[in-house]
Amino acid sequence: MDRFMRPTPLPRRFLTPGVGVLILLALNGLVFLAGRLLFGIGAVTNLSNQYPWGIWIGIDVAAGVALAAGGFTTAALGHVMHREQYHAVVRPALLTALLGYTFVALGVCIDIGRPYYIWHPLVMWNGTSALFEVGICVVIYIHVLYIEFLPVAVERFLGRVALPGPLARLNPLAERLLAALDRGLARTMFVFIIAGVVLSTLHQSSLGTLMVIAGPKMHPLWQTPILPLLFLLSAVSVGFPMVILESLLAARSFGLKPEMSVLAGLGRMTAPLLGVYLAFKIGDMFVRETFVHLATFNTASVMFMVEVLFGVVIPLRMFMSRAVLKSPALLLTASALVVAGVAVNRVDNFLIAYTPPYSLRPYHPAFGEVCVTVGFISLLVLLYRAAVLLFPVISLPDRTLSPKAKYTVHG
Amino acid sequence: MANLTRREFLAGAAVLGAGLTPSAAQASGGRSPAPERSGVLVDTTVCIGCRNCEYACKQAHGLATPPQEAYEDRSVFARMRRPDDTALTVVNRYENPRKPGLPVTVKVQCMHCAQPACVSACIVGALTKAENGAVVWDTDKCIGCRYCMIACPFQIPAFEYHKALQPRIMKCDFCFERRKAGRIPACVEICPMEVMTFGPREELVRIAKDRVRRFPERYVSHVFGEFEVGGTDWLYLSGVDFAALQFPRLGRSPAPGVSESIQHGIFAYFIPPVSLYALLGAVMWIAKHSPESGEEA
Repeated sequence: MDRFMRPTPLPRRFLTPGVGVLILLALNGLVFLAGRLLFGIGAVTNLSNQYPWGIWIGIDVAAGVALAAGGFTTAALGHVMHREQYHAVVRPALLTALLGYTFVALGVCIDIGRPYYIWHPLVMWNGTSALFEVGICVVIYIHVLYIEFLPVAVERFLGRVALPGPLARLNPLAERLLAALDRGLARTMFVFIIAGVVLSTLHQSSLGTLMVIAGPKMHPLWQTPILPLLFLLSAVSVGFPMVILESLLAARSFGLKPEMSVLAGLGRMTAPLLGVYLAFKIGDMFVRETFVHLATFNTASVMFMVEVLFGVVIPLRMFMSRAVLKSPALLLTASALVVAGVAVNRVDNFLIAYTPPYSLRPYHPAFGEVCVTVGFISLLVLLYRAAVLLFPVISLPDRTLSPKAKYTVHG
Repeated sequence: MANLTRREFLAGAAVLGAGLTPSAAQASGGRSPAPERSGVLVDTTVCIGCRNCEYACKQAHGLATPPQEAYEDRSVFARMRRPDDTALTVVNRYENPRKPGLPVTVKVQCMHCAQPACVSACIVGALTKAENGAVVWDTDKCIGCRYCMIACPFQIPAFEYHKALQPRIMKCDFCFERRKAGRIPACVEICPMEVMTFGPREELVRIAKDRVRRFPERYVSHVFGEFEVGGTDWLYLSGVDFAALQFPRLGRSPAPGVSESIQHGIFAYFIPPVSLYALLGAVMWIAKHSPESGEEA
């Protein structure tokens, strides 16, 4: 492994053909979003009184929160447990979490009927509501994430503030501010890092509490009092795979050599985490004897099997294999399976498992709904690309920037 | 070191897991509703399906109301209807398995639970259980998240999906405004058959049980709402099994019970989060000061 890795703004052009496609998808999403804001939620979605929550909650929010778990798991690994060798992945994971949560907040904003009242939970507390707990934790955690990212921004501009034109007079002042920020942040960062991990633990589990109150509306395969624990365990086990996936994709996209030693280490740690999750998931199934529902062939049972088999069992076996840990392609596959598995689990919990007693018509996401979701994801990827070109996030071998280093697939 | 990582992660999960068992925490069962609160007893064996209650309800709540004659249209019974943002109560018709040809008509509206799931779920406390029994909604608080709709075991709250500004959660409010003025609910008042009895809930339960005892051939021996989800303030009597009238099959425990136990378990006096914070702080300090930190993969 390269001992002298240093986070650097990537020297790349922003625009590529792929980026062009993403911009179009993002713009398309924004058009439908405008429709929602001007004419109401009903104008662009298929939501109804029977199905009040759709893919904006199931995918944009619930799956989004889960997949941003890389932020707190790598913070725990790199900072709390002080495993220096993983520091190269902490910043990209932090950036992903930051963008992920920002879009979760945006997703919530457009899904609620009165976005301009989004601040209400800050002053109108209802402690019995799981949603209130999720909301408050997410709001605080977003702030923590931005604070955690501040040193990266400070590092980028410290010593090279050059405001344009007449603003140049403010340069010395800005420098002094940055320097003060730099010193202050270094001393207090541990408070925020631990807070970030605690907040994540809390709201990742409370996200699972959300659907418990739906009672018999939830399919028994998913409705269990340990839902919060299952949500937490799955979030913890999807953290590293998400980082691996993202790192390998970024390496390919930017033409860098993937940091296989670091990623293999993360993969090795994923297996036991997935194992614990699987044990609780299967254990719960046997304690509540819900396996009987697997004998019926329907959407719920198929989705449950897909979620457990492809999202947990197969990648668990893969992460235990030496060959997989060495091969970027196989590691990518295993990680993608876990990521997809947890995303499917959240969709299962929020959409598939939810069956209202009186269903006048089924719910399928409307075209506009899908467009907004796709647009948000595209926008997120665009912002990620812009951020890694602008800020020192991704680590490169020090002084020997090699933009042409080819990404190769072994095995 | 890889083992330590694993162990610490599990320790964190275990701390949280310990707080999650519902038995470890007290549910909010202590929040008992006012015993003298009012309710309504609906006797479905008397209802003739005239739908005057639908008309009166819309009038009382300032909703767009067709002329009263329009409610004589019985073709609406062809399909099941649910309360929505344009109608806070609706009447549905069901085949009578005991007396074919004599269908049963049932009025549906908010059941005004003693311990409502919607009140427990609401993120901002926009829904409240009033002293007089009514579950009411506050437009000044609601953010439109529709979590009440997810929570309600009777699938009652509706939402104005086609309004961009100030969309409302719409549901029967037990004629809260009328009752403040000393009047009885509009549907109860208009009903020509006196299907509904308005009064103190405890009294209604007594009346209902009395009717069942005196006319066993007329009623099934079940007062729907007496115990369902911890009791509802609207009660129903029926001549046929409630399942045949599409009433949901619900247990006796209050709908918010489990979720609130979990919630209070995770946050019991903030002990679990603070302990986790302290634990992580300790791990961080030890890891930073251990001589082998940062070595070996």
